[in-house]
Amino acid sequence: MKWSRSCLQERYKDANMKQIVKRILGTIPVLIGVILLIFIMLRVVPGDAVTTLLGEHVNQETIDRLTKSMNLDKPMMEQFFTYLGGLLRGDMGQSYKYNRSVTSMILEAFPYTVQLAVMAAVFAWVMGMILGVIAAIRQNHLLDHLFMGLALFGVSMPIFMTSLLLQYFLAFKWRVLPLTSDGSIASMILPAIALGWNSAGSVARITRSSLLEAMQADYIDTAKAKGLMGGKVIVFHALKNSMLPVITMMALQLSSMLSGAVITESIFAIPGIGRLATSAISNRDMPVLQGTVIFTTVIVIAGNLLADVLYSVLDPRIRKGA
Amino acid sequence: MTFHKKKEIIESLEKGGIAAKKAENTQELLSQVGEKDGILEKLARMCRQNKLAAISALVILLIILASVFAPVIAPYGEAEQDVINRLQAPSLIHPFGTDELGRDVFSRILYGSRVSLVIGILPSVLALVIGIILGLLAGYLGGKTDVIIMRIADIMLSIPSLLLAMVIMYTLGSSTINLFLALSMINWASVARVVRSQTLSLKESEYVEAARSIGVSKWKIMMRHILPNCIPSLIVLFTLEVPSSILSESSLSFLGIGVQPPAASWGLMVNQAKQFLFTQPWLCLAPCISIMVVVLAFNFLGDGLRDVLDPYMKNG
Amino acid sequence: MMGEEQNVLEIKDLKSYFFTEKGVAKAVDGVNITIPKGKIIGLVGESGCGKSMTARSIMGLLKYPGKIAGGHILFEGKDLVGLSERELRKICGNDISMIFQEPMTSLNPVLKVGHQVRETLLVHDHTIGKDEARKKVIEMFQKVGIPEAEKRYDSYPHELSGGLRQRVMIAMAMICKPHLLIADEPTTALDVTIEAQILRLMKQLRDETGTSVLIITHNLGVVAEICDYVYVMYAGKIVEQAPTCELFDHTAHPYTQGLMASIPRIGRNPERLHTIPGVVPNLLHLPQGCTFCTRCEFAEEQCRQEKPKLCQVGEEHWSACFRNEDGFCLSEG
Repeated sequence: MKWSRSCLQERYKDANMKQIVKRILGTIPVLIGVILLIFIMLRVVPGDAVTTLLGEHVNQETIDRLTKSMNLDKPMMEQFFTYLGGLLRGDMGQSYKYNRSVTSMILEAFPYTVQLAVMAAVFAWVMGMILGVIAAIRQNHLLDHLFMGLALFGVSMPIFMTSLLLQYFLAFKWRVLPLTSDGSIASMILPAIALGWNSAGSVARITRSSLLEAMQADYIDTAKAKGLMGGKVIVFHALKNSMLPVITMMALQLSSMLSGAVITESIFAIPGIGRLATSAISNRDMPVLQGTVIFTTVIVIAGNLLADVLYSVLDPRIRKGA
Repeated sequence: MTFHKKKEIIESLEKGGIAAKKAENTQELLSQVGEKDGILEKLARMCRQNKLAAISALVILLIILASVFAPVIAPYGEAEQDVINRLQAPSLIHPFGTDELGRDVFSRILYGSRVSLVIGILPSVLALVIGIILGLLAGYLGGKTDVIIMRIADIMLSIPSLLLAMVIMYTLGSSTINLFLALSMINWASVARVVRSQTLSLKESEYVEAARSIGVSKWKIMMRHILPNCIPSLIVLFTLEVPSSILSESSLSFLGIGVQPPAASWGLMVNQAKQFLFTQPWLCLAPCISIMVVVLAFNFLGDGLRDVLDPYMKNG
Repeated sequence: MMGEEQNVLEIKDLKSYFFTEKGVAKAVDGVNITIPKGKIIGLVGESGCGKSMTARSIMGLLKYPGKIAGGHILFEGKDLVGLSERELRKICGNDISMIFQEPMTSLNPVLKVGHQVRETLLVHDHTIGKDEARKKVIEMFQKVGIPEAEKRYDSYPHELSGGLRQRVMIAMAMICKPHLLIADEPTTALDVTIEAQILRLMKQLRDETGTSVLIITHNLGVVAEICDYVYVMYAGKIVEQAPTCELFDHTAHPYTQGLMASIPRIGRNPERLHTIPGVVPNLLHLPQGCTFCTRCEFAEEQCRQEKPKLCQVGEEHWSACFRNEDGFCLSEG
């Protein structure tokens, strides 16, 4: 898109850098708050971590020794700052169950989740935009109702339902694609569709509505008065203007994608972050759960930040405080 | 999850409170035509115009009735086992078949609807109440109160909802009551944000300033002048919170960290049935479709309500 | 009825209705307008009276749920009503063009103004090259008085002032040398000094190219400035039509009289500015008789019961009021 380059550069210049910096700094307290919240929530747990770790038939001395070595005898605030300091050095503690560094476990799992989320996002965006644009063009006609009904079905289906249906038909009945993940791209297609299904629905809906909103603008009348036909009006005049909310929306979906990945990964046996979180719960492996939730949230916050910055760069008219 | 949809709607609700309405020729003309209606009239109009929303309302009502009268309607008990007739295909005696312990799936769906609906509706109500109070306080008092409340809301909103629920469930332990608490704790933040932004714009309006100038107390202004104006948005938000709570409940139960057996919940039923996916697929399908129907009905209803209640969000 | 000149546009008994859930709003109800070649015609009325809808009907730009419910729009003898979208778009921008009220929002904010003007050329002339089109656009920019036309070609709308933007709109409208230019409140959003410049420009373009102009405005000052003939519209109907001087000198319809009296004038008794009481009636609940009867100081019983017809009150001067029914009257359309 020629438009995007020249405009971007130009707008980037007058996009208010100060606002962007302020927005970035503003996320720091939120970030610390998130870590603190999760930290506290996980520590009011009734069961003692050390007992979970060692099993029940251990003498008190061992328990005390371990409690001390894990810093569990210190006040909570001190524990928190120790943890925070560790985080800054990239240290998220040791897994109770596997006695491994949580950081390395997360880094091992992360590529799978990234691959899944990227494929799901591509599916959602391509499907959603195509359906949304067509529905907007054929507003109030059969295709519009059909696609929007479909989109609403999309957002209403629980992820596990989509996953199980895909597994049953595509993998089991017709044997088109592998049932569970074996690390290959082909085996990621089904989970990606399952995960992207909901997002596709909402992308379609927002594409349609922002396109229709753009179609209400005065310059669309100008374009029609110039003698442009319907399709050209949409492609040359409305689409570019309607893409801003869609782009923001897409970035914001990162959060729900990562939530959904928990379920998809569990159904398709993908060794990603979500899987790590669910198994951490069943193993009562607090450091791993803590690490995965914090890690995921940081990514979501970064994604939202990026969306905000992108928005203010793309559209100089929206340069007010966050 | 309806999560993304919710986000998009929350944003437009927030914008709607502040955005000045642009009077275009057509709109000007139409606004002449459309006189102001009360909420009840709008609801009636929605039912007349939007058949889908009306049908959805009816479906929701039917499901509520079915769950209330589950013991009367259900042909078998919730945990009534009949191991000889296990894993049967749907038939006249067992409309949705039987599960691995020979329990009647149809009956279990009816009983499960109790959990799903209670988990869907009650935490949403609680979240609404908390969100309204905090949102009003933040918006009306401003200053430090606003900063603190909104920071907490920001924190809650930035953690992916399912993961937050998982953390809470980890701490509290898996049970229905804890699930209920977890979902209430998650959902208040978005309500608070919407209420706050509407309060902010209403605070500046002339009639609130007038009320303030004659010495009406803060609480009275909030309750009498500001809250009623938020009601349309809150109704819409509520119809979105409910399906998202239902989906969260079923997701957590599906993962095995929500409702615990032998209680019946739709998500848990799918969890137990998924091992029979390839041999007895109907076991999975029945609870899945139940969830979808309820969520879809709430979404359709929410869309219908949005069209009649919120002029800023037409075509949403 | 306007002599033997050739007419560019004849609107005959045009009815544009809005089909809303609450009933049918008759935004334009049986309007007849004739636009002769090379003349500037004014269409005057308060906001909401249907004047913009008339213009939009011509261009096929009625917004949902608006529809042309009846009548004909003859452009050089060809009926635009019932023409397919494709055929209508061939005429729009090329033979008929339109400029809008709000020059800020009427230009696409993300496209260079030069490209937006060039687009009109490219749409209607498939043989023209892009470089040639650019040259033509810059020429046109100079003609409409845009300084540094070459540089402005690559500007975005938000970098231009309101007056310049409206000049761009005019350039866009005039670049295909249309036979008819419709200007919907072209100066309402502009300063008074810029308004005069824009009006002078339009008049000058008319003199040079012989383009007919239909100016839609609520401002009688604009009418006095440049129009040759004026139609006054109220609640979807033409209530008075006359040559400009005749209208100002021998105002016949009470509504027009009200409009005239509302113009603030230096030298007149400045104590109170006259206003017409009330507002334009709700188009869904129009009075049974004369649409103006609810606000008319002369309203009688007859006005509330029957609809007045357009009657001749002077040379080429017609008025729809029972007080003027002495002359020759048209039968109710």
